[in-house]
Amino acid sequence: MATEGLVRTGLKAGDGAIDAFARRHRFHPLEALPWVTALVAYILLPSYLPLGAQILATVLFALSADLVLGYAGIVTLGHTAFFGTGAYTAGILAANGWGEPISGLLAGAVMAALVGFASGLVVLRTTGLTLLMQTLVVATLLHEAANRASSMTGGDDGLQGMQVWPIFGLFRFDLFGHTAYVYCLIVLFLCWLAVRRLVHSSFGRSLTGIRENVLRMHAIGAPVRRRRLVIYTISAGFAGTAGALIAQTTQFVGLGFLGLERSGTVLIMLIIGGVGRLYGAFIGVPLYMIAQDRFSEIEPVYWYFWIGLLMVAVVVFARGGVLGLIERLRA
Amino acid sequence: MSVDEAISAAVSIAFHGLAFAMVLYLISVGLSVTMGLMGFVNLAHGVFAMLGGYIVTSLMSRAGVPFVPALTAAAVATAIGSVVVERLLYRRLYGGDELDQVLMTMGLIFMSVAAVTYFWGPNPQPIRPPSWLSGEVDLGVRSFPAFRSFLILCGAALVTALWLGLERARVGIRIRAAVDNLRMAQSVGINTPGLFTLTFALGSGLAGLGGGLGADLLAISPSYALDNLVYFLIVVAVGGLGSIRGPFLAAMLLGITDTGFKYLLPELGAFFIYALTMVLLLWRPRGLFGRA
Repeated sequence: MATEGLVRTGLKAGDGAIDAFARRHRFHPLEALPWVTALVAYILLPSYLPLGAQILATVLFALSADLVLGYAGIVTLGHTAFFGTGAYTAGILAANGWGEPISGLLAGAVMAALVGFASGLVVLRTTGLTLLMQTLVVATLLHEAANRASSMTGGDDGLQGMQVWPIFGLFRFDLFGHTAYVYCLIVLFLCWLAVRRLVHSSFGRSLTGIRENVLRMHAIGAPVRRRRLVIYTISAGFAGTAGALIAQTTQFVGLGFLGLERSGTVLIMLIIGGVGRLYGAFIGVPLYMIAQDRFSEIEPVYWYFWIGLLMVAVVVFARGGVLGLIERLRA
Repeated sequence: MSVDEAISAAVSIAFHGLAFAMVLYLISVGLSVTMGLMGFVNLAHGVFAMLGGYIVTSLMSRAGVPFVPALTAAAVATAIGSVVVERLLYRRLYGGDELDQVLMTMGLIFMSVAAVTYFWGPNPQPIRPPSWLSGEVDLGVRSFPAFRSFLILCGAALVTALWLGLERARVGIRIRAAVDNLRMAQSVGINTPGLFTLTFALGSGLAGLGGGLGADLLAISPSYALDNLVYFLIVVAVGGLGSIRGPFLAAMLLGITDTGFKYLLPELGAFFIYALTMVLLLWRPRGLFGRA
């Protein structure tokens, strides 16, 4: 057992660093808060479950955008490309006689990841405005494709006639949204575990390094381009999962799933919560969506005025969002 | 298709493509210069073009102002308006985080969508060409719509004036110096903040003019800045950031191929243009005239 001893002494030597890493991995009691809240909401607010399911799926979408934006520092306007791909994949499957939800979800994730990989190969070669433009072009390209292929996607009217089967053949998607809510919650929880593990891993740390100082990461020999492509693909997969979730639970997919507005609003949701903080999505998305639900009854168009004003105000006055404010207050 | 028909189709594609290209260039050139000068990702640039369009259409239809004065008013008003926004908001983010710039300008777009809907309603604003520009111009070989011909002539005159000005005038030389090397320009005593404001105003004024001139090509509706954003960004990125002539070539390419594809393969829509853009940038990631 000499090797074991060696490993042990090795551990001893780098105690401080490894401890720090281990602490990062350890669950903090506060991390249970979003899940407790979600469960309490399930019990106390049964009439809001459909909205709740939407919020949970959108949290997943924002979380996937945060991986690219907050951790890898890739500013994108085209994250809806993957969200929409996942939604249309799951939707088209369900509308054409394969309504099994779990496999539909996986198919959505895989298709989105494939699109992410293929577009990442092209897009990630550039930086700045050109990259931004290319992400937007990818989303617009898919939007145009979905618009034109109306025999498959329903075009402008949206995809109709989705038949989603019960989960495991047991849990039917009911009108009150019980199944949808729990389904979204479980998927989100699993994805969150994966994302959490990812950002705390050495891979996640190297992404932060790339965001903070690309030149230095190049200098120490990190495969920057490959890492960015990998995270772009993974993030696309999660975004596709989120899209498929919304498609399956609302039984509808429209062109808006690929629109620029959605890319813009997911950015603002992240910014409200705080970018690159893993929990920004959990704060920003519910705040945004509940406020939208309250205010948009007045007039949906004017909602955009206030949200635009909020975006400007957050950038000018409150960088780092809610979590940033809390950090500043505690510091 | 006979030879005559093919020639006639090619001529109309070239004509309408050219008109579209002029509009795209007038609107986007300011974006390219502000990108090159300040490194500012201004997604809200299209808002100024949209405002120009609204000013022209409402001055003409509601106040009965003739076309040319209305265009001038649109250019001046958007230029002045842009200076206010630049001083109040943009200035804070120069040299800052790209994400912040994207967010703020995206916020401005959202605000413009709602504000314009509030004042003008959700429907597109039609533009009625003045009587001296309705009808056709006969060039002997064939006749062309007068309004579009005017657009092309106007665009060509503005582009020539712009290029001469940047090439010869003192201000133009300063702008080019600052684009090439900001620090050096500051060291030799060029007032760069003032230059930024001036360039921003000029670019926005041109955008306002382009929006008004091109009101029948890019319909003036509340979601203008959002719908056409991708076109403006393509022109700037394919042309090469900070370049003045690059965007012109890019606008030509985009305007003519887009018109051509929509004419010959309408069922594919704008699909090809986007694919072409991706291929072009795969070949030259910095754009046609981009500097390494």
